[in-house]
Amino acid sequence: MPGFRHYCTAKREEGRKFLKIKMEQNNKARILQGNEACAEGALAAGANFFAGYPITPSTEIAEYLARNLPRRGGKFIQMEDEIASIAAVIGASIAGAKAMTATSGPGFSLMQENIGYAYMAEVPCVIVNVQRGGPSTGLPTKVSQSDTMQARWGTHGDYHAIALAPSSVRECFSLTIRAFNLAEKYRTPVVLLMDEVLGHMREKVVLPEPNEIKVFNRMKPTVPPEWYQHFEINPHFVSPMASFGEGYRFNITGLTHDPLGFPTSRPEEIEAKLNKLEKKITSNVNDIVRVEEEFMEDATIAVFAYGIVARAARQAIRMAQQKRIRVGLIQPLTIWPFPDIYMEQMSEQLEAIIVAELNQGQLLGEVMRNNCGKTKVYALNRFDGDILTPEQIFAKIREVR
Amino acid sequence: MEIIAAETHSYLRAKKKFPNVWCAGCGIGIALGAIIRAIDHLKLDRNDVAMVSGIGCSSRMPVYVDFNTLHTTHGRALAFATGVKLANPKLKVIVITGDGDGLAIGGNHFIHTCRRNIDITTILINNSIYGMTGGQYSPTTPFMKTGTTAPYGNRERDFDICSLAKSAGATFVARGTVYHVTLLEKLVQQAILKKGFSLVEVISHCHTFYGRLNKEGTAVKMMEWQRDHAIPIQAAAKLPPEKLKDKFLIGTMWDVEFPEYCEEYDKVISQFQPHPEASER
Repeated sequence: MPGFRHYCTAKREEGRKFLKIKMEQNNKARILQGNEACAEGALAAGANFFAGYPITPSTEIAEYLARNLPRRGGKFIQMEDEIASIAAVIGASIAGAKAMTATSGPGFSLMQENIGYAYMAEVPCVIVNVQRGGPSTGLPTKVSQSDTMQARWGTHGDYHAIALAPSSVRECFSLTIRAFNLAEKYRTPVVLLMDEVLGHMREKVVLPEPNEIKVFNRMKPTVPPEWYQHFEINPHFVSPMASFGEGYRFNITGLTHDPLGFPTSRPEEIEAKLNKLEKKITSNVNDIVRVEEEFMEDATIAVFAYGIVARAARQAIRMAQQKRIRVGLIQPLTIWPFPDIYMEQMSEQLEAIIVAELNQGQLLGEVMRNNCGKTKVYALNRFDGDILTPEQIFAKIREVR
Repeated sequence: MEIIAAETHSYLRAKKKFPNVWCAGCGIGIALGAIIRAIDHLKLDRNDVAMVSGIGCSSRMPVYVDFNTLHTTHGRALAFATGVKLANPKLKVIVITGDGDGLAIGGNHFIHTCRRNIDITTILINNSIYGMTGGQYSPTTPFMKTGTTAPYGNRERDFDICSLAKSAGATFVARGTVYHVTLLEKLVQQAILKKGFSLVEVISHCHTFYGRLNKEGTAVKMMEWQRDHAIPIQAAAKLPPEKLKDKFLIGTMWDVEFPEYCEEYDKVISQFQPHPEASER
């Protein structure tokens, strides 16, 4: 029966073709941990330097980059502590590298003085904080969002910070790239606030092709060395940045400095410097701030959640929608600078906001500051080392309704 | 002499950053002169020299010289320098630090940078006191000497910096003084040429605080003390032990070979690069 045979072969070939397509798709899809996706994001952003010190729950980022950076010509170094790690990262960035470190609470605390140096000396770099419970040694293997305020106010002095918070493995990848882009664009350290669950959670992700990724590199000077000012004050508040060894021979210091980088104690120069640090962030909030929203068109209640909590909140909102409760999700991808303008607009529309966080209420105050009493603000906090569940958030939505 | 002075001056940011912060008679300027002459003698391209420092009197040095200069946080110069060197191994990285900056707050970075054997030259200017903050005792203030925070005599033991560096793994260790300035220049040259971590301890004086608190006299008196108490290491071998009592050795203390960190890391990278011959075939 040739006909039947032919039919079978055709079927088999069709099946093979189908399998092949399926396999191709699966080749692109990968099962990745949040920490691994963050490391992949760094590589995709063109990072070529990592210095770090082992600390749970961030260590996989260091391990992944120790394996993969030298394969692409990059450098990895394990330093003697977190203070040295961030110092090496800043030094490498000054020498022209795209540099990053990853740590968790105790290490982030140790880094603070040198992070302040990076703000002052305007050195682009990325600091990943995979948050765990605190204070002190706290809960090394448990989730928390209690470093949210530390990412803004961790080091001493007046400065303006950028901090991003991913909520999925895919976002760990994309926001790491974004962190590098913002760091390079505004010559400033950028903090990526992950958390333990996100860092260790494995998800299927399809990473974009290299040509689909936008990478921004720092602006280089176009003037001859004798005209070059490493901390030039210009209308954009961001100065072009030469690297050591490129013939510009400038000075960098953590002391308050003039545009040439030399220590100053002249009031007008001090004010100009601190103004510049402020303005380069505050005059660019529209570029820096990103907020994701869901069902917000006609919502009267909003759940304000970031990081891993936003995942649970998405589910809770679907549960509420089925009960015909008009509730939406506000998920700031940029935590610092805080999405002031967006939240002000939302306060006109909303009757209630639930601020769900894995801490004792850190962004709660920011939300209240913004709506000036126009909206009722409810706190939903959990700080027992576990994540807020969709059921808990749903219960809160029903309670405030 | 005039030619040498003119050469030296060409390395200074004379129009931008003078007068300096150092007291009249300070030894740090003498050390700076020796470093500049050493660099000039070696004909290093100043675009390829990165001078990194921490915080303190000696750490103010990079601000005054026309290199790639990085004045960092207290104690962290070696960690910053490690990043600079590893990111761009072509740079000649010279770290300027002091006894407080390098050994107290920066002690951990000091031993680990020695151990790692990364090609950094460290000039540690040891004046036995915290000068910038006004005369507090440091890790190298000798036993029973006075500082403003040791008003009844320092009851702690001081560090032997060269032994510390040697046992931590530095491949080149030397000690000079600001009195023996031609020797110092030579030691700095050797240190810069050394492939690996090199340390030059420079015995200096702080007449303003240490000298005054310990009644050791003027800057000149304190430099005479250096002259009378320093013994070249070659001469010391021939002297009986009683003649070495209360003296210190100067010269090259330790010079060995060990694989340099940046070169080793480049070997790691090169094993992943496609072999040029393989692609031709």
